[in-house]
Amino acid sequence: MTATHTRTSTPTAPSDRKTTYREAMREALREALGTDERVFLMGEDVGRYGGCFGVSLGLLEEFGPERIRDAPLSESAFVGAGIGAALAGMRPIVEIMTVNFSLLALDQILNNAATLLHMSGGQLPVPIVIRMTTGAGRQLAAQHSHSLEGWYAHIPGLRVLAPATLTDARYMLAPALADPDPVLIFEHGSLYNASGELPADAGPVDIDHAAVRRAGTDVSLITYGGSLPKALAAADDLAGGGISAEVVDLRTLRPLDDATIGGSVARTHRAVVVDEGWRTGSLAAEISARLTEQHFYDLDAPVERVCSAEVPIPYARRLEEAALPQVHGIVAAARRTVGDPVPASGADETKRQPVNREGGPR
Amino acid sequence: MTEFTMPSLGADMDEGVLQEWLVGPGDRVHKGDVVAVVETDKAAIEVECFESGTVARLLVRPGTRVPVGAPLAVIEGEGASGARAGARGEPTTTGAEAVSPMVAASVKRPRSQNPPMRAKADRERAARDERPKPRRKAAGEPKSVPEIRSEPRKEPAHTAAGPIPPQPGVSAETDSALGTGPLVRHLALQRGVDLMTLHGTGRGGRITRADVEHAQPGPVPRVRATPYARRLAHDLDVDLTELRGTGDGGAVRAADVHAAVCTRAVRHQPGRPTAHQRDDERTQVAVAGDTRPEQRTDTMRRAIADLMSRSKREIPHYYLSTTIDLAGAVDWLRRLNRGRPPTDRLVPAALLLKAAAVAAREVPALNGFWQNGGFVPGAAINLGVAVSLRQGGLLAPVIDRADALSPEALMARLKDLVQRARRGRLRGSELSGATLTVTNLGDQGVESVFGVIHPPQVAMVGFGAVVERPWATGGMLGVRPVVTATLAADHRATDGAVGARYLTAVDQLLQKPEEL
Repeated sequence: MTATHTRTSTPTAPSDRKTTYREAMREALREALGTDERVFLMGEDVGRYGGCFGVSLGLLEEFGPERIRDAPLSESAFVGAGIGAALAGMRPIVEIMTVNFSLLALDQILNNAATLLHMSGGQLPVPIVIRMTTGAGRQLAAQHSHSLEGWYAHIPGLRVLAPATLTDARYMLAPALADPDPVLIFEHGSLYNASGELPADAGPVDIDHAAVRRAGTDVSLITYGGSLPKALAAADDLAGGGISAEVVDLRTLRPLDDATIGGSVARTHRAVVVDEGWRTGSLAAEISARLTEQHFYDLDAPVERVCSAEVPIPYARRLEEAALPQVHGIVAAARRTVGDPVPASGADETKRQPVNREGGPR
Repeated sequence: MTEFTMPSLGADMDEGVLQEWLVGPGDRVHKGDVVAVVETDKAAIEVECFESGTVARLLVRPGTRVPVGAPLAVIEGEGASGARAGARGEPTTTGAEAVSPMVAASVKRPRSQNPPMRAKADRERAARDERPKPRRKAAGEPKSVPEIRSEPRKEPAHTAAGPIPPQPGVSAETDSALGTGPLVRHLALQRGVDLMTLHGTGRGGRITRADVEHAQPGPVPRVRATPYARRLAHDLDVDLTELRGTGDGGAVRAADVHAAVCTRAVRHQPGRPTAHQRDDERTQVAVAGDTRPEQRTDTMRRAIADLMSRSKREIPHYYLSTTIDLAGAVDWLRRLNRGRPPTDRLVPAALLLKAAAVAAREVPALNGFWQNGGFVPGAAINLGVAVSLRQGGLLAPVIDRADALSPEALMARLKDLVQRARRGRLRGSELSGATLTVTNLGDQGVESVFGVIHPPQVAMVGFGAVVERPWATGGMLGVRPVVTATLAADHRATDGAVGARYLTAVDQLLQKPEEL
């Protein structure tokens, strides 16, 4: 686990300015805590330590221990407490360190948060927001690096968000808190240090629809979260080769925005789904299936998927890189769809991954 | 009982729109009667009935687009009840009624037809209608029982190819003697298998159930294409089977379809050699039955486009040309026409057509089809004549047995066909079965025309204008009428020497017009 101990400046008002994903998240939290008395933040190390990714740094000092609550190392307990608080009328934001640990709270999330509204005949909404990091790429090894958001996207009753841009990081929290249903926000660990200009006019984010981050005509690169920068880089690369790639940022993993995804593919007739999850039973599989169901007659090539190798994410840098979707793999897949395959370079990633291979080292 | 099905009115026809019914339920129809008007991509065509009997039911409403081979109506054959009656009580009378097929078709039909005659008629028709894919089932008239048994001559299996329900009084043994049993025929109908294309493996060459089951319902190769390419091809009316895919494993992709459309657009600029114009085309005659000239032109253009693309893609053409001295022929015509009213006068075109037909008798290698990798000679010389239409496009109606017609008869037939082609009132049988096509651009003033072969035929004869030219003959120079005759022929079927023989034969025939 990495922790940032450096205090960063915390501007109070949004303006067109340079910021980071981490700061944008913090700003969103500060805004939520400042505007609604019912909101509180709870999780391991969110208070005195400032959040293990530094997101909540300084908030304890600002809002006090009543509202920035350090929780014991028991995900099931503090997520359950958060659900109870939500049922009691509060607006809890619960932070789970990584998605791997969230499995300890899966019972609370799946059996309580996601189901109570249904099982109570609509009487018990659970307006909880659960934040957690996901994804690999920082050499944190298997127990801190997996991408399991697709599992949560499987569960009806949840809304699953994956902010990939500064604007989404800054402005997704408010609509998430406003949603009467449990909302899970997956923050990719590699994005926290991403910096850029946050537009002054950026406003509340639409958490119902996917976003087209880059327009194109030849192939749709469909992705989300930590893979978005890679897809954009791949689109740049492809543009150099005369291939116009459209990049669709799913943004909301559940419910999926079929209209935007399908609309893009109806224009480009080719799709590459980039998903850091494992291929088998993945979100990429779901999207591919939906494209086949709804847009079969728009497809001019088989849907390609660029996913993580079906192994526990390795620690060693080279191995970790090899296991994750990378720009050249996305480029190669996109070229295959337009019938412009890269000459064989010997790099394994340029080849189509076997579809039916079960997990495990090859 | 038989089904009257949508006929294939040309090698390039896959479906047609039933425009109107000329008969209704309960009407008696005879073989050869015009029963419906079908609109194809090219024209509205009067379709003849190939059965005699009573129309039991009309299955398709006018305005419906129907694929070739789909049932349009049910015709209750007279033969069906006749056979039944014959089997029950009067087997001997049927044999006595040995009526010629011509008579049988024109007069009220006997209850049952003499089977050998019937078979002969079928064979003749099959020969005349020879086409790459004879989709139409041969007449399904049940045969009267005793004659079959007493007639040892082996019948072609296809004469029994109609869908005939099992009949009381017809024993299984007798049925098998017919070549195929009702079960087999039913199965063939269900699977869309044409029994005429099968070789029986059963006793005495009989077609068995297994033969039908193993038969492919026509060679329909599965094209590897992306779903989007398929959709595009359908929308843009592109034949996927004619495309070469550039995708993974040779799959046809959208880009290939677009490329094909572009190529098609380029290839069909105006002024292609086969696009005829004729003088009387400019005369304004009301176009009967053609309510959508714009659309018709478009679809016709596409149909021609597809056919001609196919021709140029598949057929390696070679071209020959010769200039023929017509002094003798023109003189002869002048003398012949002298005493005649203008309407009865012969024009050189009639002589040219006649010569083209007779020459095909002398060089039969150019008269027929290229099918399944081999040349199939035409059973007769049925001359297709390219006729351009006022609204654009062209048809090639057929003059059956043109070589046997006198120039006068040929001329009359030609006039009739051209007029009806332009009114959109050709019959289906008049559009199919050509074994060799002639294109005559003489009226347009060009000197020579090099045609594009109409698949699956193997040759196209072209005539230019009859023009006066300085001409040396017998060491003397004189001004004489000449015509340039050309031949475009399929190099797979014949070589230049054969083509040369043909053109020479045309030349020689035209030197003795009185013998034509």
